[in-house]
Amino acid sequence: MFRFLLSRLTMIVPTFIGVTIAAFSFIRLLPGDPILLMAGERGVTPERRAELEAVMGFDRPLWEQYLGFLGDLLQGNLGVSIVTKAPVLEEFLGRFPATLELSVIAIVFAVALGLPAGVIAAVRRGSIFDHTVMGISLTGYSMPIFWWGLLLIILFSGILGWTPVSGRISFLYYFEPVTGFMLIDSLLSGQPGAFQSAVMHLILPAVVLGTIPLAVIARQTRSAMLEVLSEDYVRTARAKGLSPARVIGVHALRNALITVVTVIGLQVGVLLAGAILTETIFAWPGIGKWMIDSIFRRDYPSVQGGLLMIASIVMLVNLIVDLTYGLINPSIRHER
Amino acid sequence: MKSRFVLAAVVALFATQLHAKTLIFCSEGSPEGFTPSLYTAGTTFDASSRQVYNRLVEFEIGTTKIIPGLAESWTISPDGLIYTFNLRKGVKFHTTRNFTPSRNFNAEDVLFSFERQFSKDHPYHMVSGGAYEYFNGMSMPDLIKRIEKVDDYTVRFILNRPEAPMIANLAMDFASIHSAEYAEKMATAGTMDTFDQSPVGTGPFQLVAYQKDAFIRYKAHPDYFRGKAAIDDLVFAITPDASVRYQKLKAGECHVMPYPNPADIAAMRTDPAVNLMSQEGLNVGYLAYNALMPPFDNPRVRKALNMAINKQAIIDAVFQGAGKVAKNPIPPTIWSYNNATVDDSYDPAAAKAALAAAGVKNLKMKVWAMPVQRPYNPNARRMAELIQADFGKVGVEVEIVSYEWGEYLKRSKEKDRDGAVLLGWTGDNGDPDNFLAVLLGCDGVGGSNRAQWCYKPFEDLIQKAKVVSDIAERTRLYEQAQIAFKSQAPWATIAHSVVFKPLRKEVVGFKIDPFGGHSFYGVDLK
Repeated sequence: MFRFLLSRLTMIVPTFIGVTIAAFSFIRLLPGDPILLMAGERGVTPERRAELEAVMGFDRPLWEQYLGFLGDLLQGNLGVSIVTKAPVLEEFLGRFPATLELSVIAIVFAVALGLPAGVIAAVRRGSIFDHTVMGISLTGYSMPIFWWGLLLIILFSGILGWTPVSGRISFLYYFEPVTGFMLIDSLLSGQPGAFQSAVMHLILPAVVLGTIPLAVIARQTRSAMLEVLSEDYVRTARAKGLSPARVIGVHALRNALITVVTVIGLQVGVLLAGAILTETIFAWPGIGKWMIDSIFRRDYPSVQGGLLMIASIVMLVNLIVDLTYGLINPSIRHER
Repeated sequence: MKSRFVLAAVVALFATQLHAKTLIFCSEGSPEGFTPSLYTAGTTFDASSRQVYNRLVEFEIGTTKIIPGLAESWTISPDGLIYTFNLRKGVKFHTTRNFTPSRNFNAEDVLFSFERQFSKDHPYHMVSGGAYEYFNGMSMPDLIKRIEKVDDYTVRFILNRPEAPMIANLAMDFASIHSAEYAEKMATAGTMDTFDQSPVGTGPFQLVAYQKDAFIRYKAHPDYFRGKAAIDDLVFAITPDASVRYQKLKAGECHVMPYPNPADIAAMRTDPAVNLMSQEGLNVGYLAYNALMPPFDNPRVRKALNMAINKQAIIDAVFQGAGKVAKNPIPPTIWSYNNATVDDSYDPAAAKAALAAAGVKNLKMKVWAMPVQRPYNPNARRMAELIQADFGKVGVEVEIVSYEWGEYLKRSKEKDRDGAVLLGWTGDNGDPDNFLAVLLGCDGVGGSNRAQWCYKPFEDLIQKAKVVSDIAERTRLYEQAQIAFKSQAPWATIAHSVVFKPLRKEVVGFKIDPFGGHSFYGVDLK
């Protein structure tokens, strides 16, 4: 297990260096100049431009800027936003709990519905349930997030009035954030109704963000289960007289889970990408909206710092997924 | 478990319940910060200068009229070089978690607020990036020679040259007055950054809490010098999407929203819960020819092309009715607007004949279309296509070009630029000089004067108007300048947009700000 972990960690180092280069160069390759964008129609004189370039460090050669970025990174410093003048790490960490909370609830929603739906569809292959689940999941997968979000808002918030339109909690409640996770902070606040309000605000964005992962998980679970259910050992288990629930739940699902866990791991990247749109629609104060704004403003330090943090999170999650394979199927960790 | 109870108790200590009168504004984005002089975005000014701070002089809410602010009165020396401000007494700064003021507002605060921007040696100059774009953009470093404290309640601005728009400049957001005492306290504590993040001003509302991309909470300043605001609490619910803002307005989750989707306007008009206010914006959208390049160096060619443009069709198709045909380079809401000028009438046959008379045949030209939406032009590509079709009818072949926004702004300034540029301007200070001198003055050629047009009779008029203090005289000069502009037609003036502001019916006293901002002093809920 230790060698397995070590081999995975070793792979992370070159990946991380690659990510720093990609994060640094990506935003600079885009056409657009942060100083010109900041000045807008008013423009900026050459003298003032030179001053601003010096203040922002853009007057140095690119390789020197990159080395400076790496040097700061080694000290845990992601730089300072050229728009808000606040440290990038502070900007990121201030928003990340909101994205994490939304993503976790969205993935829980997707797994809680997608996994059983995929299993049942596989067991009842060809049934109306199977066709319905696959039809709905294909629709869910093809749904444009922006349109889907607005549709749910208009129906559940506008027409039915069941859920709030956007935000994380009603403005009737106010308390200092302790953890940054609204569900926890609202409980800690002790204010009656605050937790309920936080839950109600979470429902629509979590459903919207979880829709695509739900569709993918349902379809992948079904495929994996169909493959496993046709294996000899499953037939043997049935022949031994084990109950259908035990055959499916213990023998088949455990093996099918390897594919499903891989899909869930890959969906983390999808969730963070989907969060950009979901957060914009639901005015959710997470990192997605912040990244988009930073890209439009060509806020180099924020974009490169944000990309690096997001890439690190995706790498971490995939490392955990790799380790989970070993837990699900010990033969994998022994093979390596 | 015990620690959780302790934590909950601590949180409960900070917890506050909203008061009876809370107004919720669904703002469109997060402010860049809370010190207006450091930034340029209207979103930032809404969150800072317009609620938290005052200026020496101010724009009366809903107008471009200058009224006394923290200065009760002011005098200008006959040579126009010395501005003396008599400061208001008894004005209190906000008391916040970080700061309890020990004194009222005085001249020290004025000196601090300007010297921070003006003097590169000032201890606060480089704090939070040190970019004072409006202060620099309005040429204040060249204009101001020095600022003097005469006594605790009198300050004097000494200028290098007369500048009639100076008073209007001082009403702009960058000229907001900060507490020097607070700055000193933060410097002593070694937390100078806090000064820009936790604002302390004299304005009608004081900041209570800000969570980035989520909300900004203010409470009414109890000792505001004009009297406490009618509402107790003000919340900015940051909601980036315009359709969602409208849904929140309908659901009663906010009272006022900015920047509605043009597509939602029709529904808002018939919505019983919504009061849809509208006003012409302080802006102009134009097509600037390059007056340095033939055949556009010939005013007859420019006027002929102007006659080929069907502006009303543009208003209908591009602005979807939320615009008004422009005939002058300044909007009708600005003083000195000359209503007597006559626009080049839409007449393709006459345009064709005029082009032939000017010796122009088989003209091929480029029209530049901006890649972004702006208040003065919601869809430049569509506008360019309509102009392309109009010019096609008079035998002029148009190629539409576009660049990334930063590149567009940069390349469109070049003197040898090929083609006519779609662009526009939103006023900063309500002074005609802010349009006419910036966009059409000889100094702007190769810069903000995209028409590259330098016309002596026009230049003489606007330069004279810059140094005359008498408003009636300035008005006369600017009216003549507009006539000179029309005779030479360096631009095709296209449109002034109409600003829509939806608010719930229970909101009273709200006024549309011609500068596009949102001020909530004087607003109440019935």
